[in-house]
Amino acid sequence: MTYDKRFDGRAFDEMRPMEAKAGVIKRAAGSGWFKIGNTEAYAAVYGPREMFPRFQQNPEKGVLRCFYSMMPFSSAGDRVRPGPSRRSKEISLVTAKALLPVLDLSEYANSVVDIYIELPQTDAGTRCAGICAASIALADAGIPMKDLVCAISAGKVEDKIILDLNYEEDSHEKGVDIPIAMLHNSKKISLMQLDGEISSEEVAQCIEMVKKASDKLFEVQKEALKGRFRVAGDKNA
Amino acid sequence: MHDELKNQVGLLLSKQTRLDGRTNEQYREISVEYGVSKNAEGSARVKIGETEVISGVKMEVMKPYSDRPDAGSLMVNVELNPLSSPEFENGPPSILAIELARITDRCIRESKAIDVKKLCIKSGEKMWMVVIDVCTLNDAGNLFDAVALAAVAAVTDAVFPAFDGEIVDYKNKTSDKLPLSKTPVSTTIYKYGDHLLVDPTSDEEKVYDSRMTVGVLEDGSICSLQKGGDDAIEPDIVVKMIELAKVKSQELRKNL
Amino acid sequence: MGEIKVKNKDVVVPGEILANGMDFLPSYGTYREGEQILASRLGLVNIEGKVIKLVPLSGVYHPKKGDTIIGPVTEILLSGWRVDTNSAYSAVMNMKDATSEFIARGANLTKYFAIGDYVMVKIINVTSQNLVDLTMKGPGLRKISGGRMIRVNSNKVPRIIGKQGSMVSMIKQYTGCRILVGQNGIVWVSGDEPAKELLAVETIKKIELEAHIPGLTDKVNAFLEGHKDSVKGGVKEQNNGGNNDVR
Repeated sequence: MTYDKRFDGRAFDEMRPMEAKAGVIKRAAGSGWFKIGNTEAYAAVYGPREMFPRFQQNPEKGVLRCFYSMMPFSSAGDRVRPGPSRRSKEISLVTAKALLPVLDLSEYANSVVDIYIELPQTDAGTRCAGICAASIALADAGIPMKDLVCAISAGKVEDKIILDLNYEEDSHEKGVDIPIAMLHNSKKISLMQLDGEISSEEVAQCIEMVKKASDKLFEVQKEALKGRFRVAGDKNA
Repeated sequence: MHDELKNQVGLLLSKQTRLDGRTNEQYREISVEYGVSKNAEGSARVKIGETEVISGVKMEVMKPYSDRPDAGSLMVNVELNPLSSPEFENGPPSILAIELARITDRCIRESKAIDVKKLCIKSGEKMWMVVIDVCTLNDAGNLFDAVALAAVAAVTDAVFPAFDGEIVDYKNKTSDKLPLSKTPVSTTIYKYGDHLLVDPTSDEEKVYDSRMTVGVLEDGSICSLQKGGDDAIEPDIVVKMIELAKVKSQELRKNL
Repeated sequence: MGEIKVKNKDVVVPGEILANGMDFLPSYGTYREGEQILASRLGLVNIEGKVIKLVPLSGVYHPKKGDTIIGPVTEILLSGWRVDTNSAYSAVMNMKDATSEFIARGANLTKYFAIGDYVMVKIINVTSQNLVDLTMKGPGLRKISGGRMIRVNSNKVPRIIGKQGSMVSMIKQYTGCRILVGQNGIVWVSGDEPAKELLAVETIKKIELEAHIPGLTDKVNAFLEGHKDSVKGGVKEQNNGGNNDVR
């Protein structure tokens, strides 16, 4: 079998349409919204703030905590039960690890930076969308960070290497999904997972695809952050 | 704890104004947007000032409860996301989340706005379980009214997914709306000293004496009540609060 | 020969390339990676000669020695008070730094400051573990009552105060309100009429929102001028801005 044309008609290395905004949640220190196709993520950063329980404090630097969650009505199938699941806990963990390499929390001894990610609507690629939104939120919160983290999945359906799998592709019986988070400048990888079966050469191809995509993702994130500081009617905008 | 704030709010109310310059009975700007989450059977986004919530309806086919074999089921759940306020925490639902959910649940259920009998597919065997989840995005005060409005808005937006008698096909939505015969709207009246007001900000919510949440139907009849806050309220004031809620509910309803 | 990729006052994001070449120097909010200078936070570009730095536009307050801040008392301690600094770190004001009055052992400390009272205090020490000590000994430092507290981003405080306090003086002049600005972003506003207080608050919020835009003083002046009539009776003449305890 060959996968000649993608289900939604995109080119094999084409991402779904993207939109992003910063500063969407006023109560938070920083926030971001990132939409790719029909997958939509909100992220809010609270802190640095006092950390409880105290025994988890780090006297050397601030601690990063991440909480990923899908809204109960966000999924195409049954309702998602509220509260943490094994899946959401694991994604929370890998999301935190994806973001940590760019962050400098050395000024924030004993305190915590909390990131909350919520998805009101999903169509595969949720952890990547969450990381893109969280990256915007962290920058918006003024946290010192060397770079933005850009995340997208690559993978394979039948015989084709493809970028940014949607739900139909992700759940295809011959579908392979590799979510990858990349530090935009160094192109270092801070998140990588895979399920399915694929050759090592094909994994390398996927990485190359994500490298190119990360530049586009960075542009979207950058514009979102800059857009927050444009004031209506200002000619310097 | 908030003595200074309480004095300030009281002082302003005595001058017929509030921290943000509104009058006692003035809502902030309200907006309702439908179809904001494509996978939900119905969804809505409600904003009241900077307060923002998203609601969604999911429907599943289940076996009816044994005590009501010929009726479907309806439930409202509220998620106070820690994303939406520094005061909300992870973990089991807080007492506020439960109160919010229960009040909204009663407002929709007890008004019989949805005829649950019509949610029964086959007596004793199959029924629709309708769950309305309301998730907070930003809490800038008055979640009570925002959550209830969002719950009703999502219901009005909802359609049944295709069902062939065995499997629900969530990808294919029918054009059949939920059997909504009435639209209850919930309005909360707050009491500060001798003053009554609506739509508090987060600051105002810290210092009120008591509140009354009133579910009102189109014809002005009352379908749910909940008294909250620490102080007891005089009976004639209760009646006043309900009357005010009736008036303000019409304003809220216009946004649906 | 190096090349600057951005203009003065540009908003830049983490990871954005600011300059190429070794003849530029990275300062606050930036770092060097090989030949390039990049942004290490969200900020406003400030180029002075060969030095590139960023002025932060966002972020939670971080306590600094010498800062004057406003915050509520949150706890009564054995020999002092704990004060919320609007940051990740609470601060302690010892009895001896709070008053020159003699306080007997075991005295009821709430008589001096109760939980929820707002105080304007100065940070006298911040340890490496971010333990913060406060004092109320100094000009203008005191307990604050009446009026209202608003929160602004602490990075915008310098613009709210203005050069030599010019911005805040202007607001006081137009609104007749008394205003105290804590460097931690807590601002106290007190006026004799709600409308005046509200105008002062709206002006401060406007400055917070537009702090990074050139020509701010003129815009704020125009804003206040335009709203002059909303506050009764030409406040500009009638009141010279309350007392002068501004920072």
